[in-house]
Amino acid sequence: MDTSQKEHETMVHVSINGREYDVPAGSTMVQAMWYTGHEVIHGIGCLGGVCGACATVYRMKGDFRLRNALACQTLVQDGMSFSMLDSYPIQRAHYDVASLTDPKEELFTFYPESATCRNCNACTEVCPQGIDVRDSVWRANFGDFKAVAELTMSCVMCGLCVSRCIAEMAPHEIALYARRAYGAKELPFPTNLRTRLGEIEKGIFSKEMDRLLALSPEELKKECEVKS
Amino acid sequence: MSDLVDSFYAHMPEFDETPPSALSPEERASLLKSFYPDYRPEGKATIRVGPNAGTVVPEEVATLLESRSRIEGPRLIPDHPDRDVDVLIIGGGGAGITAALHASEKGASVLLATKLRVGDSNTVMAEGGIQSALGEGDSPVDHFRDTFRGGHGANDPALLSVLVQEGPQMVEWLISRGILFDRDPQGNLSLRKGGGTSRPRLISAKDYTGLELIRVLKEDVVNAPVEILEFSPAVELLQGPGGACAGAVLWDLDSRKYLYVKARTVILATGGTGRLHLGGFATSNHFGATGDGLCMAYRMGAKLVHIDSFQYHPTGVIFPSEMAGMLITEAVRGAGARMYNRLGRRFVNELETRDVVASAIIRECSEGRGVPTPSGASGVYLDLASIDREAGEGTVLKRFPNIVKLMTRHQVDPTRFPILVYPTLHYQNGGLQTDPNGHTSISNLLVAGEASGGLHGTNRLMGNSLLELFVFGRRAGLEAVKESRERAPFSWKEVSMAHVDHFEQALAREFEGADRPMAPTLFPDYRRKDS
Repeated sequence: MDTSQKEHETMVHVSINGREYDVPAGSTMVQAMWYTGHEVIHGIGCLGGVCGACATVYRMKGDFRLRNALACQTLVQDGMSFSMLDSYPIQRAHYDVASLTDPKEELFTFYPESATCRNCNACTEVCPQGIDVRDSVWRANFGDFKAVAELTMSCVMCGLCVSRCIAEMAPHEIALYARRAYGAKELPFPTNLRTRLGEIEKGIFSKEMDRLLALSPEELKKECEVKS
Repeated sequence: MSDLVDSFYAHMPEFDETPPSALSPEERASLLKSFYPDYRPEGKATIRVGPNAGTVVPEEVATLLESRSRIEGPRLIPDHPDRDVDVLIIGGGGAGITAALHASEKGASVLLATKLRVGDSNTVMAEGGIQSALGEGDSPVDHFRDTFRGGHGANDPALLSVLVQEGPQMVEWLISRGILFDRDPQGNLSLRKGGGTSRPRLISAKDYTGLELIRVLKEDVVNAPVEILEFSPAVELLQGPGGACAGAVLWDLDSRKYLYVKARTVILATGGTGRLHLGGFATSNHFGATGDGLCMAYRMGAKLVHIDSFQYHPTGVIFPSEMAGMLITEAVRGAGARMYNRLGRRFVNELETRDVVASAIIRECSEGRGVPTPSGASGVYLDLASIDREAGEGTVLKRFPNIVKLMTRHQVDPTRFPILVYPTLHYQNGGLQTDPNGHTSISNLLVAGEASGGLHGTNRLMGNSLLELFVFGRRAGLEAVKESRERAPFSWKEVSMAHVDHFEQALAREFEGADRPMAPTLFPDYRRKDS
């Protein structure tokens, strides 16, 4: 809830979508938009920094540099101008992970542009999650999907990397493909899950489960009362 | 650090690590009764109209259920529906996506309508993990017993036995989609401990579990033969012959037009009610969690169960205030994080069930042992430093990178400074009454996920809601296909909103014509009132 006014007496001067406002210091960009009467629908999802809906572009007064952020997670500062990028157009591959046969080669079928990275590093510089995006693209190209998975685990799919890529690829989609292929095709199936599935299949828990289900509500409550 | 954060942390007590004494069952019950919001008399109202009349619920829930439609009478419908499908799924979180994938696989025509984008839901925010009994010496039976005890024995045993027995099969499905869960060095799924459980049973993807699930399943549903309508929340259900559900009216948020969908079966996967801010609590929920499915189905006569029961997650951030409500996963307490009051003392075993821990925090704060914040709230310290001390430097960063990232953005380094927390409205324990195949008390209206009730009893254990989405999302999807095939054909001429007219007449009688608030509200309104 928006209680930030109480904590911060001071106001800062910002520009939202090209219009100037004074808003309380200590507000996030989204809270500043509410404060100034904006109804934000496109551009809001979780308000918790993980859904990637609120990619935003901003500049600070007196600085030519263009910066990016997640609006629900970024505090306004005096002299900030910002606009939300509600959705960035992307091209997404159409595939079923289960039917991949040679995922490392098929990467170039689904995302041929991934081989055209020109190493400018703009994607890495723009990533609000601090991911080494450029490295992840190269690791994907070289087939090291495990490394891609480790590098990009925190990706919120906001698409800011796409907005800066001079080769016009979608690094976050390439990473998603590589992670999925790694999980479904490369990693061995977990032994503890295999064992448990086999036991359930054999029905070795059914007798005890049926016994519990046959108890009266009171008996069942009593039976479950203590931690086993 | 900013000045505000700096001065807040300038005065901290010495932390005394002495464990608090264990609670007897009687002490636990009395703590809950005295402090847990569900059991407190203030802010409650008795439902007067509809199938749950007589139930005492939070005022905001009564307002939601006893509300008027967004569509004003006379409720005429167009000559032809805009869409005609086998299965309409309302809601694009974990349960809705899972239902859509399973229904479309069976060859049904599926329309998935959702309020924001596909995946914008509480699922994507889930940090902690999925409970599934995979450990040696663990079993689905133990999972059943822990959940039943945690839910205060109010759980529906039939639903719960399905959850625990089909859980591992759904984990297998998730892995086959390429979802990456944490592994131990032998390649097993790592199992972590959650509150109220007798065994480590949580599988997770660091503290990004929900994000990892949604990224993958969203790509699958977008690539599946499913029509997806985003920014199109349902605002009313449609009624067909015999009072069965026959579709829904969607509201296009951009064109501001209604869209009429005829469907042979409808699945409600609309999630919970956190953004109604029950009792003024902050919430960990996503922006659209306004209980839409509950009020639409209630008007149609669907029964609700445990709709007086909500989960206030113990550890929501309360300072800095711009983060209010954001969740710190229970997994940090499973990993050894401790809580301290203003005097620097521990006051509850950190691995009690969520309702007990939340009650203990509320007790500390209401009895003057809370830590005051500059905005006039109060909370207790949640100290993660003990995790690194016990499990080795860097453990917090390795296992909880998201928490470190989010807190650091707000100038608090959680590996060095304790996080100030207070309970946050997190989950709707009850919901639409259902059975193992997702049926509600209305024909051809199914439910899955947080919108349903009965599985968790009156207190949910960590990790059971993610598991529920997949187990019952799949079942609802398959059942919807079966029902849509078995249903006798009906004409659009037989479809109406007569149930809404009847419900509003009943409201007018009971409230003597007084104006009722409109619902679903779709979103909270945080705009400054004089802006």
